Amino acid sequence: MIPEIGHFALILALCVAVVQGILPIYGAAVGNSALMAVAKPAARGQFFLVLTAFGCLAYAFAEKDFSVLYVAATSNSQLPLHYRLAAIWGAHEGSLLLWTFILTIWMFAVTLFSAHLPESTRSRILGVMGLVSIGFLLFMLTVSNPFERLIPAAAEGRDLNPLLQDPGMVIHPPMLYMGYVGFSVAFAFAIAALLGGNLDAAWARWSRPWTTVAWCFLTVGIAMGSGWAYYELGWGGWWFWDPVENASFMPWLAGTALVHSLAVTDKRGGFKVWTVLLAIMAFSLSLLGTFLVRSGVLTSVHAFATDPKRGMFILAFLAVVIGGSLALYAWRAPRVGLGGSFATVSREGMLLANNVLLVAAMGSVLLGTLYPLFLDALDLGKISVGPPYFDSVFVPLMAPAIFLMGIGPLAQWKKASLPDLANRLKWAFGVSVVTAIVLPIVMGNWTPLLSLGLLLAIWIVTSAAVTLRERLTHVAGNSLGERLASVPRSYWGMLVAHCGIAVFIVGVTMVKGFETEKDVRMNVGETATIGDYVFRFDGAQDVVGPNYTAARGTFAVSRDGREATVLYPEKRRYTAQNQIMTEAAIDPGLLRDLYVSLGEPLDDGAWSVRLYHKPFVDWIWGGCFIMALGGVLAISDRRYRIAWRRQEPAVPASARAAKRKVA
Amino acid sequence: MKPRHKRFAFIGLGLVVLGIATILVLNAFQSNLVFFFTPTQVVNGEVPQGRSFRIGGMVEDGSLVRENDGLTVRFIVTDTAKRVPVTYKGILPDLFKEGKGAVAQGKLAGDGTFVASEVLAKHDENYMPPEAAAALAKAKASGAQQSKSLVVPEGRKDSL
Repeated sequence: MIPEIGHFALILALCVAVVQGILPIYGAAVGNSALMAVAKPAARGQFFLVLTAFGCLAYAFAEKDFSVLYVAATSNSQLPLHYRLAAIWGAHEGSLLLWTFILTIWMFAVTLFSAHLPESTRSRILGVMGLVSIGFLLFMLTVSNPFERLIPAAAEGRDLNPLLQDPGMVIHPPMLYMGYVGFSVAFAFAIAALLGGNLDAAWARWSRPWTTVAWCFLTVGIAMGSGWAYYELGWGGWWFWDPVENASFMPWLAGTALVHSLAVTDKRGGFKVWTVLLAIMAFSLSLLGTFLVRSGVLTSVHAFATDPKRGMFILAFLAVVIGGSLALYAWRAPRVGLGGSFATVSREGMLLANNVLLVAAMGSVLLGTLYPLFLDALDLGKISVGPPYFDSVFVPLMAPAIFLMGIGPLAQWKKASLPDLANRLKWAFGVSVVTAIVLPIVMGNWTPLLSLGLLLAIWIVTSAAVTLRERLTHVAGNSLGERLASVPRSYWGMLVAHCGIAVFIVGVTMVKGFETEKDVRMNVGETATIGDYVFRFDGAQDVVGPNYTAARGTFAVSRDGREATVLYPEKRRYTAQNQIMTEAAIDPGLLRDLYVSLGEPLDDGAWSVRLYHKPFVDWIWGGCFIMALGGVLAISDRRYRIAWRRQEPAVPASARAAKRKVA
Repeated sequence: MKPRHKRFAFIGLGLVVLGIATILVLNAFQSNLVFFFTPTQVVNGEVPQGRSFRIGGMVEDGSLVRENDGLTVRFIVTDTAKRVPVTYKGILPDLFKEGKGAVAQGKLAGDGTFVASEVLAKHDENYMPPEAAAALAKAKASGAQQSKSLVVPEGRKDSL
């Protein structure tokens, strides 16, 4: 009964979505405010309907209702409750429901925080989101219904893939989807602006916080996925350039470009056409990511079933969304007009360069991800594009972008002077170069890449310090504290996010440069040394978990003769599917991780063992969280809080620009 | 410079950056593409010498031998038509088993042994790596069109 209620709620939600997608947009076009007023209640109604469906599926999982096909396929009676609930998004159908649910959450949020928007803009935004929602609801109801019954009911479920039975996996997909789907708001803003023809600085200001929030979620989501791969897959790697990872990274690159481009549109009224294109791009790539991961095109940890009908549906949906929005763009964008002019050396110029580099990087990832698919589809052979490709393309593209990141915030809008900038930044640059060369030599392993990485990281921090110092001399306030307080939060947000990149780069560089890895055979009582650490293997015992049995190894780790820690890696056998899993043991630290994973049992109680010493590896994820923190700081800025409360005076961009020229 | 000229300068700059990116990409592509071959192709000598590639098929039953160091393993990958001996030093993925599908990446040594730098097996018991499945299907059809599955070789993440 409960699953049928869920199914019915989805059907009703589809009806509401159709109404929401058509009437308000039509109403805005003809200026009928009664039709426009439909948008808000429709969006809220849709939210509650999808919430009901989501709750019904959660109930089916909690109650172990194995007469529901999806529940039987992804959970098991031995599975603990929290993993049963996480299993809602453990496979295809449920994760689509999660996608749709999150889309309606964003819609609901738009209805809450859009009181200051003109009625026509708001109804267009909600209308566009309703249209997107139609696609997903139709998809679920036609080819991938999570409430499909299994008759007769299964006595026992197939179980959730043991790889996904992990706290990281409980949070990672919702975070990632909040990011993906969050770009739908930026997309809806862009489409609404194209429809209405009112692309001005106010539009950018409204759109900015939404985009930043989505970007923060996506950043955290990707970081958590990477962290999960690191500790759960037992290889000690944190990024594999796997197509599934690339699928989440491409929207991030486009989203990062969008965040910066919106800044220009907001402050200077420039880049409008480009910003709209980026918004379309970021959301299209989110859809593409969903398609790649969930259609079974990529056989990976994430794709469980291959069903060509689903693939065709998503492909058609992608074609409609991307093709439709680009056609609208081609039709309406020329009317938008160009923004104010600016010199090559100016903040706009640098942000433009940053955008071009980010988009070029995104394109190279896209090529490396899709090219093998095309070749295979055309029967031209099977190939794979591995990490060396991405590494060799990515570093040269990102290095100049990061170098510009130090200069950009110091450059004036419109026109800056290169000698002046060089003069202001000479100390920061000198310090960075010297430290970057000396530090690796002191640590005893100089390589060009190591120095480059450190140079970029230190450059970001030192140039941020110069920026902040200059800013402090310009703001009002007597004491340092007062001045610090009067620097706007969005400014702090930018500095913090940039420093997050620096922390991230330090992590990547140090791990690449100094990590030690060893595959060894260890007898009981034998020791192995990596870095300064001595690992002693004290044998393996059998242990029994809730839904698995395991061999648990004991490793005593000592440094300079003193015991540092004891690690217990496991080799688990999950009983439901008789599947073997490696559970690595990690001793995390600010400056290094120690990582042990068990290979295979050999004779006489010996095991093959993989040992790692990974300096600064936690900085990789720390950096991502700092970036997201920067985003949160930026949206807590006063200017947005004021914008929520009062409506902006509708000043056309040209008038604004004119005013600025006079000033 | 007039605004129009400036815009052209920007577009030119963008094109230069894109051009450089394209050159980098093509260069990297050239040297980093890994092709896939079936055991039959390997035995028939259709594979590149001194270059890394992938082979896939079934791990032959009873062929897995572990050397005394506990880390080096030897096994035979077959597509039921031809057999290729493989050596690998390191820890095998969790789901590597005799009689199951596997994919290995590495180079062919002079004596016809495939020296693997990486061994991939799939995380799901009932699942066959696409390349392995393709190799078996190809051998079965012996010369007929290979399967048109829309699948790419997985990255290292899938090696469980």
